[in-house]
Amino acid sequence: MSTSMLRLVWVYPDLLSTYGDRGNLLILSHRAESRGILTESVMVRSDQALPRQADIYLIGGGEDGPQSLAAEKLIADGAVAEAADAGRVVFAVCAGYQILGTSFIASDRECAGLGLLDMRSDRGPSRAVGELAGPVNPALGLPTLTGFENHGGRTHLGPETAALANVSHGIGNDGSTEGAFRGKVVGTYLHGPALARNPALADLLLAWAVGRAPEELPPLDDRWAQQLRQERIAALV
Amino acid sequence: MTNLSARAKFATAMLRTAATLSRVSGRGDGSVIGGRVGLTIEPRLLSMLAAGRQVALISGTNGKTTTTRFTAAALEAAGPVATNSFGANMPTGHTTALAKARDAVNCVLEVDEHYLPRLLNEATPQVIALLNLSRDQLDRAMEVSGLAAKWRTALSAAPDVPLIANADDPWVTWAAGASSRVTWVAGGQRWQEDSWVCPQCGKHLDRYGEFWRCTACGLSRPSPHWAVEGDSAVTPDGRRIPLDLRLPGQVNRANAVTALAVASAFGVPPEAAAPRLSEVKSVAGRYAVVRRDGRRVRLLLSKNPAGWLEAFDMLEPRCPVVLALNAREVDGFDTSWIYDVDFSPVQGRQVLAIGDRRMDLAVRLEVNGVRFEVVEDIAAAIQAVPPGDLEVIANYTAFQDIRAEFDRVN
Ligand SMILES: [Zn+2]
Repeated sequence: MSTSMLRLVWVYPDLLSTYGDRGNLLILSHRAESRGILTESVMVRSDQALPRQADIYLIGGGEDGPQSLAAEKLIADGAVAEAADAGRVVFAVCAGYQILGTSFIASDRECAGLGLLDMRSDRGPSRAVGELAGPVNPALGLPTLTGFENHGGRTHLGPETAALANVSHGIGNDGSTEGAFRGKVVGTYLHGPALARNPALADLLLAWAVGRAPEELPPLDDRWAQQLRQERIAALV
Repeated sequence: MTNLSARAKFATAMLRTAATLSRVSGRGDGSVIGGRVGLTIEPRLLSMLAAGRQVALISGTNGKTTTTRFTAAALEAAGPVATNSFGANMPTGHTTALAKARDAVNCVLEVDEHYLPRLLNEATPQVIALLNLSRDQLDRAMEVSGLAAKWRTALSAAPDVPLIANADDPWVTWAAGASSRVTWVAGGQRWQEDSWVCPQCGKHLDRYGEFWRCTACGLSRPSPHWAVEGDSAVTPDGRRIPLDLRLPGQVNRANAVTALAVASAFGVPPEAAAPRLSEVKSVAGRYAVVRRDGRRVRLLLSKNPAGWLEAFDMLEPRCPVVLALNAREVDGFDTSWIYDVDFSPVQGRQVLAIGDRRMDLAVRLEVNGVRFEVVEDIAAAIQAVPPGDLEVIANYTAFQDIRAEFDRVN
């Protein structure tokens, strides 16, 4: 942890703030504060410079125009790439997830991404809309991934990047895997928001940020979140 | 009124028969099925029925059913009005509304946002009211910028049609901006999460109180001709018209002012129109008050983040509130949008979560630091609160479920 206060950065809410992804910020903050870890949430607009010393950077979903603009600004700003190289946590969703790769398609144009994950995104044959679920990569030690996807893109992972999960229901990256991670950089197509549906993933990000093992974080009363997860997963069968 | 062709007359008769049959067999009010029958027999029926009449269209993400109801009430000062008062806001419903009231010269049609361009062509409106645009059912609907662009294109092609538009909504302002005849209303915009950036150029929008402006291209809030001040409407020439509404909230005062502006465009002065707005006590169950077991239950319908924020503004202080959330097809399957709403306004009162997706609400409220209870349904919620007032905020199908519990109260 860089300071006594956990600094959470919500990247470009003016461009990437659709689908309730702000919820990921709220959940991280709530789960940290519930354990006595003070947090500071900073919203940084696209005409402002991003801080270089934050602990967790969150990037949300958005439409094609704002997505390509956000990617250009993120590349020019350099803070997220620098922070990722320094081992800070980056968590991105949907359009933000695609930006983490080497390239993506927006408004029929190929755009450069940040290249933090070895992957590229293109257009799929149809829009992927609906519930998604699947087992998480065993390396992360997390329970089933669940969420709601709504994207037209498909993402192809290169050898340097691992999938976040396999898909047992839904489309995700390409019908077989969903999301990706490398080091402490994680991306997913999932809304719900993702961390509301997957509190263990939220805790993993927090544990990374504070430099502890996830099992060292005091457990929280997750009655409601667990019931929500069970209900959503049961609704798939 | 123009004479209808023999085919159109037959189509109209069949429409009315189909609507009646559907209604008596208990399948809703028959607007949709009737319109479908009529338009199948005569595809131009909507245009034919609209010809020679004064048509107002009312569209926007939120408030269109209420504003349509207000406008119809206001125009009744000048005689019978044709209107789709059951919320059937697509061309089938419009056709039925026009067919059912053939003698009404004034027509007020609530229009689904996506159908506005089509209605602009087919209903040859004399005036169009544009209320607001915000995120709504994102897993299936067009996003805000796309919808605004669609409106702008359609409205630019008909620059002489008078518009009554909300100056407080940047997307509406931009969509209406190509028109040469806009009457601006200070319609309010509590929800600003969809207008961080300029609709015209994509740069940051600056806000100073209610004023907004793009520093890059200069697009800015037009000076409104009509406004709300306290409990009064202010007309373009500065007259204050008292509003004595039965419907709650700032947003309904803005809807009322829009209705007065439409009525004024049809020659009904606001002094004559305003008292009629006080007669509107509920709109298809919205704002209806029902009584059960010593509880007085008020029903509020809100379908999206902007609507929930407006509903919070209507709550009686300290009164217990039921929040009801479903995610069936018409609601949109994705409930993520509840994280776009700050629930802290419901803090400090008893909060009960119901609906198919009450677990989503539970997690949301917990993160928001709001104390809540999860109960099975509206009947259980009523038992869980003390006798007295109870507020209910529900999204679309959750609202219909609750209305069914109260014999489809209107
Ligand atoms: Zn601009």
